[in-house]
Amino acid sequence: MAKMNLLQAINSALDVAMAKNDKVSVFGEDVGHFGGVFRATSGLQQKYGRSRCFNTPLVEQGIIGFANGLAAQGSFPVAEIQFGDYIFPAFDQIVNETAKFRYRSGNEFNVGGLTIRTPYGGGIHGGHYHSQSPEAYFAHTPGLKIVVPRNPYQAKGLLLSAIFDPNPVLFLEPKRLYRAAVGEVPEEEYTLPIGKAEVVQEGTDITVVGWGAQVEVIERAAELAKKDGVSVEIIDLRSILPWDVDTVAQSVMKTGRMVVSQEAPHTMAFGSEVAATIQEKCFLYLESPVMRASGLDTPYPLAHEKEYFSDHLKTYEMIKRSLNY
Amino acid sequence: MATQMAKDPQKTAVTTELQVISGNALDIPMYQLLKEDGTVHKGVKLPEIGKELALKMFSTMQFIRILDERMIAAQRQGRISFYLSSLGEEAAAIGSAAALKFEDMIMGQYREQGALAFRGFTIDQFMNQLFSNELDLGKGRQMPVHYGCADLNFMTISSPLGTQIPQATGYAYGQKQSGDKTCTLCYFGEGAASEGDFHAGLNMAAVFKVPVIFFCRNNGYAISTPANEQFAGDGIAPRAVGYGMKAIRVDGNDIFAVYQAVQEARRLAVEENEPVLIEAMSYRMAGHSTSDDPSGYRSKEEEEARRKREPMIRFRNWLVKQGWISEEEADAQMQQHKEEVLAALKRAETVAAPHVDEIIVDVYDEPTQALKDQLEALKAHIRQYPDAYPATSGGVK
Repeated sequence: MAKMNLLQAINSALDVAMAKNDKVSVFGEDVGHFGGVFRATSGLQQKYGRSRCFNTPLVEQGIIGFANGLAAQGSFPVAEIQFGDYIFPAFDQIVNETAKFRYRSGNEFNVGGLTIRTPYGGGIHGGHYHSQSPEAYFAHTPGLKIVVPRNPYQAKGLLLSAIFDPNPVLFLEPKRLYRAAVGEVPEEEYTLPIGKAEVVQEGTDITVVGWGAQVEVIERAAELAKKDGVSVEIIDLRSILPWDVDTVAQSVMKTGRMVVSQEAPHTMAFGSEVAATIQEKCFLYLESPVMRASGLDTPYPLAHEKEYFSDHLKTYEMIKRSLNY
Repeated sequence: MATQMAKDPQKTAVTTELQVISGNALDIPMYQLLKEDGTVHKGVKLPEIGKELALKMFSTMQFIRILDERMIAAQRQGRISFYLSSLGEEAAAIGSAAALKFEDMIMGQYREQGALAFRGFTIDQFMNQLFSNELDLGKGRQMPVHYGCADLNFMTISSPLGTQIPQATGYAYGQKQSGDKTCTLCYFGEGAASEGDFHAGLNMAAVFKVPVIFFCRNNGYAISTPANEQFAGDGIAPRAVGYGMKAIRVDGNDIFAVYQAVQEARRLAVEENEPVLIEAMSYRMAGHSTSDDPSGYRSKEEEEARRKREPMIRFRNWLVKQGWISEEEADAQMQQHKEEVLAALKRAETVAAPHVDEIIVDVYDEPTQALKDQLEALKAHIRQYPDAYPATSGGVK
């Protein structure tokens, strides 16, 4: 075990994967010698050479198109998109190509070796274009897997699973926690399951669901609720696609109440899907409607970041509203 | 990996004369060996293509012409939903595929059935795909002409234009890393070359120095939009220079010139890790697909003029002159293709649709629980309304 922040855990996962299999390569804008703008790929070019860790031209659609081809050829490309906000030029390659490669060919070809890493989310004074949470756009796309870790330990284990998963994975990294989250992380290889949620804290009165950096927000909200004598069960989805309906449904059948807390704008965020599914599965167990604490339906504002954000206080208020319904 | 810069921008030469470079500074001629009448240009040495290969190329050309003609008719009769002819462009696809090694990957746009046939895709494989039946390698999931075959190193086609271009760069990067001395050839049209993926794929290939051949079929039209409304300047080939990439412009209707161009491009790609852009000049004699009628956007006179330059007669005349085939043998062979295509069409038509269970297969390597639940719900629904789902209800008990 070693103390690592989330970036170091990502770097360690890449290092382990590249040492394990020489068909793993890591590339993107500024990823090579410099080690990425956040330093997630630091030292990898020096260790594994320029053919396996390299800079690409500044062209997101090209990075993912290239990665699709490389994965189809039988490699394990780990492509970095510098910010989730800049993934959209690659939307066509991801949605029409990556996601459909296996299905459309009848499994003649696949890009299962592909992992796309990108930082997402706000809280770093990044304004419109360094703050977005784009997971819901991609969750609407059969064929992709989407994973969001909440801390360094989760990040390394889930990223190692993602790289060697036989399906393409979009791996969203909570950039607010890159250096802020520190924890014990094994230095060797280990994996965590994709598609499986985790009950982070057991409770009896209400279930609060989130993913990524929002889990920390939920934990703070649960502390406030605890002072009111409320026992909160916290679930980290960890995977958005496929997501673990059973773990959430079982929890809600126990507590009878649910809040989803999410960073993304309210309308059509992934929490809408969670809410719809849970009311289908748990209708007769619910004591109050499923509620959502989300970002506002505005672009991500710079000066009003705090006001926009679905912080611990807004999540706490949503918990109270559910309990007092 | 050799990613050293071709030119140090700090070492740019200085001039005191203001130079404005013309947008048409490059006026690249078209490489041609066979004249339109099938005679060879004076003093020209043809590539060494033996009789056996030449006749295989010719037979493939004939087969594609019959297949295209027959399947357009089948679409008109309502037997298949869609078709897309390669009429007039057969030499570009077949000549290029013939110059590759079998191990080289081909990534098509959607009008290169000649390349696939040359690789050995059988007439039944074509038909099963066109009829979306249970024997289709693609399991009936894509529209007609979206072929693909791993055994033949022919990547499955997708409809979005140009997406295969950066993918070809990535595939070739993997080939280079594996050291197996193979390359990737990527087809697309002059219309698709307007897509951002064209720029992305070519620039990355030039920077990474990967063994890829970008083969642009400039057939004059993107559906109804003529090339002169697609781009200004001297076409597609000069763009390579901007990327620091080698370029060849070739007569796409001259199968020998195409063969020679791709052979040289392959040598550059595999031996020297130099990607090459080839622009093959041709003419789309058919409509874009069965969904459009060219009389709405071009004249009969234009079509007639271009028909004289079509590739098959040119090649046939040469073969006859060479004494490798007689007119009678060529006609008989055409007739034989006709009969075989008809018979295969009839066979494929009677093959069942894929079983409904296949609907959730291959979304992921294994179906998720959500997909399994959705399939069970679907089958229960089909059992309830079997008449509404005749293609699959027979298989749902």
